[in-house]
Amino acid sequence: MTEEDKILEEFTRSEYKYGFTSNIEQELLSKGLSEETVRFISAKKDEPEWLLEWRLKAFRHWQTLREPKWPKVEYPPIDFQDISYYAEPKEKKKLDSLDDLDPEIRSTYEKLGIPLEEQKMLAGVAVDAVLDSVSVATTFKETLAEKGVIFCSMSEAVQNHPELVRKNIGSVVPYTDNFYAALNSAVFSDGSFCYIPAGVRCPMELSTYFRINAANTGQFERTLIVAEEGSYVSYLEGCTAPMRDENQLHAAVVELVAHKDSEIKYSTVQNWYPGDKDGKGGIYNFVTKRGICKGDRAKISWTQVETGSAITWKYPSVILKGDHSIGEFYSVAVTNNYQQADTGTKMIHLGQNTKSRIVSKGISAGKSNNSYRGLVKISRKARNARNFSQCDSLLMGDQCGAHTFPYLEVSHPSAIVEHEATTSKIGEDVLFYCQQRGINEEDSVALIVNGYCKEVLNNLPMEFAVEAQKLLAISLEGSVG
Amino acid sequence: MLSIKDLHVSIAGKEILKGLNLEVKKGEVHAIMGPNGSGKSTLASVLAGREDYEITKGEIYFHQQDLTEWDPDVRAKEGIFLAFQYPVEIPGVSNANFLKTAVNEIRKYKGLDPLTAVDFLKLIKEKARLVELDASMINRSVNEGFSGGEKKRNEIFQMAVLEPELAIMDETDSGLDIDALRIVSDGVNHLRSDDNAFVVITHYQRLLNYIVPDVVHVLHDGKIVRSGDKSLALELEEKGYDWIKSDPASAV
Repeated sequence: MTEEDKILEEFTRSEYKYGFTSNIEQELLSKGLSEETVRFISAKKDEPEWLLEWRLKAFRHWQTLREPKWPKVEYPPIDFQDISYYAEPKEKKKLDSLDDLDPEIRSTYEKLGIPLEEQKMLAGVAVDAVLDSVSVATTFKETLAEKGVIFCSMSEAVQNHPELVRKNIGSVVPYTDNFYAALNSAVFSDGSFCYIPAGVRCPMELSTYFRINAANTGQFERTLIVAEEGSYVSYLEGCTAPMRDENQLHAAVVELVAHKDSEIKYSTVQNWYPGDKDGKGGIYNFVTKRGICKGDRAKISWTQVETGSAITWKYPSVILKGDHSIGEFYSVAVTNNYQQADTGTKMIHLGQNTKSRIVSKGISAGKSNNSYRGLVKISRKARNARNFSQCDSLLMGDQCGAHTFPYLEVSHPSAIVEHEATTSKIGEDVLFYCQQRGINEEDSVALIVNGYCKEVLNNLPMEFAVEAQKLLAISLEGSVG
Repeated sequence: MLSIKDLHVSIAGKEILKGLNLEVKKGEVHAIMGPNGSGKSTLASVLAGREDYEITKGEIYFHQQDLTEWDPDVRAKEGIFLAFQYPVEIPGVSNANFLKTAVNEIRKYKGLDPLTAVDFLKLIKEKARLVELDASMINRSVNEGFSGGEKKRNEIFQMAVLEPELAIMDETDSGLDIDALRIVSDGVNHLRSDDNAFVVITHYQRLLNYIVPDVVHVLHDGKIVRSGDKSLALELEEKGYDWIKSDPASAV
């Protein structure tokens, strides 16, 4: 058996353990990273010359960089030559019915209240003709096309809208930005591209569509959203359903470009495999997400609910370039068992009268570590900039850690910057009070935690807020008592 | 309904209750009075199932079943309600959501279907009127930013919604002004029936002018040292607790 086969077998076995019996047949590129690899990927995708050049520049730059060590997370060194950088998914073996699905996964779906048809899609069950995901997706696409909204995979965008991609890719997160952004730029597999023309309010949450197509997002995902003047879009990434993936390292890049008077609302629910109770396995999620409010009065709002992954390392940020532009960051990060999260945001105020708001709720249980790391920077030209930050940590048990690293750089005297932080333990008094009213311990914890996160959950699209609430409860099961 | 026999309870190794006996029947209101540190609140906490309280000896039966076997939420589902002396705040959880969860958990335990949103709303509106609770309070987070009096009233409101068989009121009157005291008492009197019972823990005779008890017990040093009708409360008020303290033997 070759090394690759061994790994594949191991992955499929471990996947089976957690429920997905589908074997993904893949065309794998042999392990290792070199210019050849980059050329191979680009050629495989039939990319234009400029993109290959860009990838190569990124790769060369990456070679000069070292893995960042500053996050408060610990993991064994990653051998970047021991990863296969291209895997083309071929076909997923379909299950005949949901009855074939692991009961544990199924019960999770049910706890989350995911509609039956969606359960089937997530589990890879063949769906009946009427609800076939392709036809549903087609309907969505037609609705979007009427408005001139482009929503497709990054690969398709490179082929069909090369100028839009060329103009915007790397404009917010240049490949020189950081180690993982450079790596992603060199080898990104695919991702989503979204373009909202001037004056258009995107007629639907770009979520339902996305969920159906969320299956093979790949290891080095790249997403680009461009909102032209006066447009609006709400985009939801991820899924509350537990996502298993055969790749341990995920290094995605998300770029948002908001022009004058436009608004981008980007919501994430992340529930990737966090590793087992002893901290074995689990996904490393090293993501660079950044948006730019390019024009005046533009608004970018990040909302995230992070419950999964062994290690989360992400700082969705906003560059407030346009005058009167607004940046928001609402986050709930839950860590349990041995999970580690180092997450937060950066708000870079460049324009005048810019405003930013940060609400971060960290919940740590088990032996996990949860850190908030944030930067608020008011530049010399940002007259009358305002920021409000609130960073709360909730501890469950006495073996977990919560840390807050707020950085402030203020270079204009008119700035008003407020930072509030609290750390609390889930009180026995409060738990007892709930129990005394007939609510069992686990439901009490769920109730209290959801109350604690309300301000963030309220920013999620309705259907996801409900699922996210249940997800929080599931993530914290067994963390008390 | 409730039968406590020779109950000994310790907290952190210190014995608080030292052989307490109490029988409460359906339809009765029992008042438990006593000086600070006599064990009144310990009794309330033990009945509700609070951790940290160790029963070293004795028995507690509720409807002939051993109460001590049950988790706190099971006790609540079986019909025991504690009106807290210091109700806690639960930020971000609305009163309505909190009570709906509680009502439906209890209904589930009893094998009943959950209340529909409409029926639930009707129920809480009706009960809110009973304790003159402003409707806007229902949508506010549980006890968050409530005044002391509002918190106590909210306890009685919850009691009204959950309709327990046995309600234990732990110094509900403390910190209430005369109007709030009347509202709380009216609420309790309205809920009194032949099918339920109340254990009213209080320092002061004042409350018992409003909620007239069938039996008054005086708790001293972890034991009930004297029981009688409502006149005992008046006598106690007149003579003060020193009367019991100085000569507990003669009081028995």
